[in-house]
Amino acid sequence: MTATPPPLVVEGLTTSIRLDGRLHHVVRDISFEIRAEETLALVGESGCGKSMTALSVTGLLPPIASVTSGRILVEGVDMVAASEKTREDLRGDRIGMIFQEPMTSLNPVLPIGFQVGEALMRHHGLSKKAARERARELLELVRVPAAAERLDAYPHQFSGGMRQRVMIALALACRPSVLIADEPTTALDVTIQAQVLALVADLQKREGLAVLLITHNLGVVASVADRVMVMYGGDVVESAPVKAFFDRPTHPYSQALLAAMPRIEGDGQLKPIPGQVPPLTEMPSGCRFQSRCPLRQEICDRLPEMTPVGGDPEHKVRCWARSE
Amino acid sequence: MFRFVIKRLLVAIPTLWAVLTTVFVLIRVVPGDPTIIILGDQASEAAREALREKLGLAKPILSQYFDFLWQVLHGDLGRSLATNRPIVDDVLSVLPFTIELTLASLLVGAVIGIPLGVLAAERRDGFADWFARIFSLAGVSFPAFVSGILLLMVFSVELRWFPVISTANTADPIERLRALVLPAINLGLLMVAYVTRVTRSGMLKALGEDYVRTARSKGLGRRLVVWRHAFPNVLVPIVTVVGLYLGVLIGNAVLTEIVFNRPGIGKLIVTALNQRDYTLLQGLMVITAFAIVLANILTDLTYGLVDPRVKTS
Repeated sequence: MTATPPPLVVEGLTTSIRLDGRLHHVVRDISFEIRAEETLALVGESGCGKSMTALSVTGLLPPIASVTSGRILVEGVDMVAASEKTREDLRGDRIGMIFQEPMTSLNPVLPIGFQVGEALMRHHGLSKKAARERARELLELVRVPAAAERLDAYPHQFSGGMRQRVMIALALACRPSVLIADEPTTALDVTIQAQVLALVADLQKREGLAVLLITHNLGVVASVADRVMVMYGGDVVESAPVKAFFDRPTHPYSQALLAAMPRIEGDGQLKPIPGQVPPLTEMPSGCRFQSRCPLRQEICDRLPEMTPVGGDPEHKVRCWARSE
Repeated sequence: MFRFVIKRLLVAIPTLWAVLTTVFVLIRVVPGDPTIIILGDQASEAAREALREKLGLAKPILSQYFDFLWQVLHGDLGRSLATNRPIVDDVLSVLPFTIELTLASLLVGAVIGIPLGVLAAERRDGFADWFARIFSLAGVSFPAFVSGILLLMVFSVELRWFPVISTANTADPIERLRALVLPAINLGLLMVAYVTRVTRSGMLKALGEDYVRTARSKGLGRRLVVWRHAFPNVLVPIVTVVGLYLGVLIGNAVLTEIVFNRPGIGKLIVTALNQRDYTLLQGLMVITAFAIVLANILTDLTYGLVDPRVKTS
């Protein structure tokens, strides 16, 4: 392990939204850290709080949501305690972000070159001309063909895969140490997905990025992540190195997720997870998965701690039935 | 760009032809013999026949139609029945006043309406938003002749900042500008209302778009996010509304011109109506239709300027 602190450390993060005057936790007391060159995958179905976690880290939460406790350290600076000015200074400079929809994430009325270089003008005080030159280099870095001629092109003149490359160039313009990728390949064709993931992995090595990858695609997790955190209803229910996770998924929800994933071997039957995520206002106390859990017991009304399993201190599970 | 203009002009030709035909038919199907209208019902048959001959009404209807089109094509709108002056001259002498009033009220609409709409969207349901919504509702529903008289009473009669009787027809540019202020505000209020509403709803949508989140993820401050990233995306609906309401503006200019006693197309229309000057009326209809078609072409060209996705080349 290196002496420098990890670029991203999250401690006890709780994010809440206010509905009808009451606070509901959409992210509950989650902690993790990501080291340079490491990829942490945050997995779960829609509404599990994974995107809210990403937005909390970047400080881009919608107005109704806010971080209610915890610390988010980006290169040692606490984003939660910092002023809005400091947050703006870090955003786009030390943290880059790419989003799910490359079709709508780029501004349709501004040229590509300007959009890619804009953060450099904002954070590093580059002139328009210098930013344009750097934008060309960045577009070449993400392998946009004929980058120099395409600086003045607009997003509608690019394909979905090319736009996501542009987004990556934009996010990495200031050479951040943290990259947050919120479902970066969900909207792309499978072949393009693989290209984009390979590009991110390549750039991660080159730049020493800490990557927080948000996805519901376990295939993507298996191919690029180093560690996995499974979220359900705003709680982390299992956290493990990627190999341990796929070898020995332990939380009943993780097992159900893997059983719901198509595989080449096996009988071809997918097992859906019965029931659905309860609405925010009707979350059970204690373990939030209990209403759909086959291993439910009396004690599940109390929230279990994250407990190491199988003698591996890195592999932790939040489940009464799994922690002897 | 050049080809786009040519194409747009070519498309305008059938529109204009349809307008001219409608005007021609309308004038002829309106009940009443024009010779009776002009000469009165006591006139002799011979006098009426002579006038018919003079106006070209004795010819077969189709040949009248082609004569009409031929004349318009040559910029000849005939002569006024009341004054016997060429209609084109009458129109050209008041056109600058109408153009300056229309442009000035557009300016008022944009300068007040756009910032107000943006502010309202940014502070949704806040004080600024409520103010903008009430203000724009009032602007749409307030009759121009009432607001005009109120403006006159306050700013001309009481405060004496602007002339009561229009001094628009003067060579002194300062005086001409002073005479323009109140009418432009009066007509502009309507524009402010439309522009505010469309800007507000456009900005509300734009501020929720993914590209605004991207802009914020770069660490840009509020001002750049709003004005550089969100606002340009609202220009298309704003231009649409402005282009569309240019026609409404011309209609409302009639009331404003009368209240402020300004020369202009609107006043000319009323004069023509009062004097049953149907050749003048026909000419004014043609001119107004041309103006609206022209405004539409300009609107289309502006789309190409504000949105790179609209192809103008």
